[in-house]
Amino acid sequence: MPATSNQPLLQADVCSINFGGLKAVDCFNLKMYPGELVGLIGPNGAGKTTVFNLITGVYKPTGGEIRFESKLLKGKKPYQITACAIARTFQNIRLFGNLSVEDNVKIARHLHYQTSLFGSIWKGKAYLREEDHQHQKISELLGIFGLSPVAKEKAASLPYGQQRRLEIARALATEPKLLLLDEPAAGANPQETRELMDLIRWIKDKFNLTILLIEHDMQVVMGICERILVLDYGVTIAEGPPEKIRKDPKVIEAYLGEEPV
Amino acid sequence: MQEFLQQLVNGISWGAIYALIALGYTMVYGVLQLINFAHGDVFMLGAFFGYFFSRWTKIAQEPTLFGFFATLLFAMVACALVGMIIERAAYKPLRLRPRLTVLITAIGVSLLLENGGQLIFGADPKFFPSLVAETKLYESPTLVISNLPMIILAVSLVLMILLRFIVMNTKIGKAMRAVAFNREAASLMGVNTNNVISFTFALGSALAGAGGILVALTYPKIDPLMGLLPGLKAFVAAVLGGIGNIPGAVLGGMILGVSETMVAGYISSTFRDAIAFALLVVILLVKPTGLLGSRVGEKV
Amino acid sequence: MKRLLVFAAIFVLFLLANRFLPQWIDSYYLHLTILSCINIILAVSLNLINGFTGQFSLGHAGFMAVGGYTSAAFTYYLGQKLTSALGFLPIMLTKNLIFLSALFSGGLSAAILGLLVGIPSLRLRGDYLAIVTLGMGEIVRVLILNIDAIGGARGFSGIPAYTNVFWVISLTALTIAVVTSLVNSSHGRAFLSVREDEIAAEAMGINTTYYKVTAFVIGAFFAGMAGCLFGHYLQLLHTNSFTFVKSFEIIIMIIVGGLGSISGSIIAAILLTFLPELLRYLGPIKDWRMVIYSLALILIMLTRPQGLFGSREPNWRRFWPFRKPSPSI
Repeated sequence: MPATSNQPLLQADVCSINFGGLKAVDCFNLKMYPGELVGLIGPNGAGKTTVFNLITGVYKPTGGEIRFESKLLKGKKPYQITACAIARTFQNIRLFGNLSVEDNVKIARHLHYQTSLFGSIWKGKAYLREEDHQHQKISELLGIFGLSPVAKEKAASLPYGQQRRLEIARALATEPKLLLLDEPAAGANPQETRELMDLIRWIKDKFNLTILLIEHDMQVVMGICERILVLDYGVTIAEGPPEKIRKDPKVIEAYLGEEPV
Repeated sequence: MQEFLQQLVNGISWGAIYALIALGYTMVYGVLQLINFAHGDVFMLGAFFGYFFSRWTKIAQEPTLFGFFATLLFAMVACALVGMIIERAAYKPLRLRPRLTVLITAIGVSLLLENGGQLIFGADPKFFPSLVAETKLYESPTLVISNLPMIILAVSLVLMILLRFIVMNTKIGKAMRAVAFNREAASLMGVNTNNVISFTFALGSALAGAGGILVALTYPKIDPLMGLLPGLKAFVAAVLGGIGNIPGAVLGGMILGVSETMVAGYISSTFRDAIAFALLVVILLVKPTGLLGSRVGEKV
Repeated sequence: MKRLLVFAAIFVLFLLANRFLPQWIDSYYLHLTILSCINIILAVSLNLINGFTGQFSLGHAGFMAVGGYTSAAFTYYLGQKLTSALGFLPIMLTKNLIFLSALFSGGLSAAILGLLVGIPSLRLRGDYLAIVTLGMGEIVRVLILNIDAIGGARGFSGIPAYTNVFWVISLTALTIAVVTSLVNSSHGRAFLSVREDEIAAEAMGINTTYYKVTAFVIGAFFAGMAGCLFGHYLQLLHTNSFTFVKSFEIIIMIIVGGLGSISGSIIAAILLTFLPELLRYLGPIKDWRMVIYSLALILIMLTRPQGLFGSREPNWRRFWPFRKPSPSI
């Protein structure tokens, strides 16, 4: 879907972060428009997840700034970033393992619960109404991701593929405008990968999302991304549509020995 | 000025004791990330082992320098053994368990040693024999420096130098540092982590045992609960210096010993015990990794 | 409306218990029951912090101490004046109003301490937090020792005997009800998420700082009230009752019961209050009491560290005949 607005949803300008003497990310620039599906690729350790951590407030940039809907994201803590309608998944799945699948999604609805602390203890009519309402939303989401049959199971007991889907379902439950997916296809077989690609395209349309995707699986990246950024050692070495990136000699060199895609 | 020197001497000798005990805490934390609550009680055992050994071998009747060192050695070896037994029996089976579980077990071991001690040795205090005749090295109306603090300092110093040598210049010392840095990687490199951990416990416990003997020299009243407070304070010293950091333990011990004595001497003795905790709260609020420690962040 | 009727019925039930229980139960067992109830309040409130929110708090005795001493000072110093000021009311009502205020003062002061302790908890990882809370407990104890107005080293005696069966059962029931209700709500799930994975919790929009501090404040509040009950029962308070040994005793209760299980805490609190007392009767073995206790603790940690119920509450609902079917996805 082509970009429909001329104001960027997300804008990162010359963002940098140093760890000790190491420049993990250097002068990172990104403009994302509503409805875009952008890919972020690069060899291991290139700084891709670090970019996610910068956007979501886990790290503070040592230089540059990030704006979302034209508002500066400076100094915001991760939970505040989520409240701004930016959600993310984690490279190493971070589910609440001991809690049920249902609870994992319920927790992600936290920002949309209005009941106060005392209200939750007293459990009056308003509380019960809200629980019902949220319950409906959660069932819907679990249904979309095929997780309804395992709703009451412990999240850690799910097979890997379902855990990955739960990660995404959880992120969606926060009702984001911008979704950051960190290697959603990791460990997936070709069939699962195809289903994932369909799922990502589908949720983007259904929930009006803008998506930034980190992936190593080139089939996914080339298949669904409209635009791709390539990082190497923290520096953006290429940017453009899939066909251009595919042939870029700098990209091929960075992947050193990888099959040119 | 004289009084200040007096307090300083006391403070430094207590500091040395705290340092010896703190070293054990810090080394064990380094390799296992465990706060061994039972460590303070090993210090107590050292004093008791020395007590029984010196009386049994009649050294107590005729104190000689040789006798003193024999007692010291015996206490250190006995404590090392106790430390290794505790590790094997109570902590090793819980290596893969969450930290809280091991912490509670350590509390259990501590309670066991204290109450067992009360049962076996009797709760009433015993009087540790004077193994080294106290002589006054310097005497003036306002300042008395006896040889005992000097002995404490000398023995502590020798032990600490020995420790440093072991940690820095021997194969097992290198293995200790490797395990402290990354246990899994060390074992992949062929290090027998179980042996290294046992050795670490042995070393730390031996030092605590030595501390027990040295304290008993100056304060001969020993009882099964004597390890509680010094143990806790030595732990604070270890945290102060940076838990897991060996020079830090010595530094922390010294700072604690001196500040405690100064406060007790110049402000109020009832606040003496609180100083340790006040220092603790301050350091954890200002620099939680301790004076010489470094923080390893979690990878997101 | 229906709920208020139920509360009224329970209120009457507790009043009856207050009147008749001392007559039906031997005074020694009544004594143990009261102590068990106080321990239940302590265990359940600590479980909120340690079990549900996953924070290593080892200083719960400090909260109890602050609550106990504050409320005792309230009734001791202000009791007379308030009684005469409220002279127009029947004496029973006045007495209980004063005690209610004392309970509040105890809970509130402990809650403030909980706030002060909760704030550094933001930055500290597990073990470090454990040490700070341990240190806090000790600092509180030493400070109390140095305040003569509340007894200092001699202890605070002459505290009026306001604690009775009614208050003990009511507060125990209140603590259990409030914590259970809180834990089974959206806020309760937030506490759990902090325990499970703080970074993921933040990513889900949860202000982990707020929840950590809130857990401390609520836990401390109830512990403070337990301290008030304690002081007005024994009519004497001494800092020796509030050392880290006391904190450890409560920790052991929630471990044995299962971190994150309220029913486990209740059962363990009762068990661990009665058991050591009953062991006293085993004659010569009684000297081995503490040794057996510590050995048992080590054995439990080695064999069943998750305690009685682990971190899942057993499904008590299946015993209740009037339940609604739970909504299914």
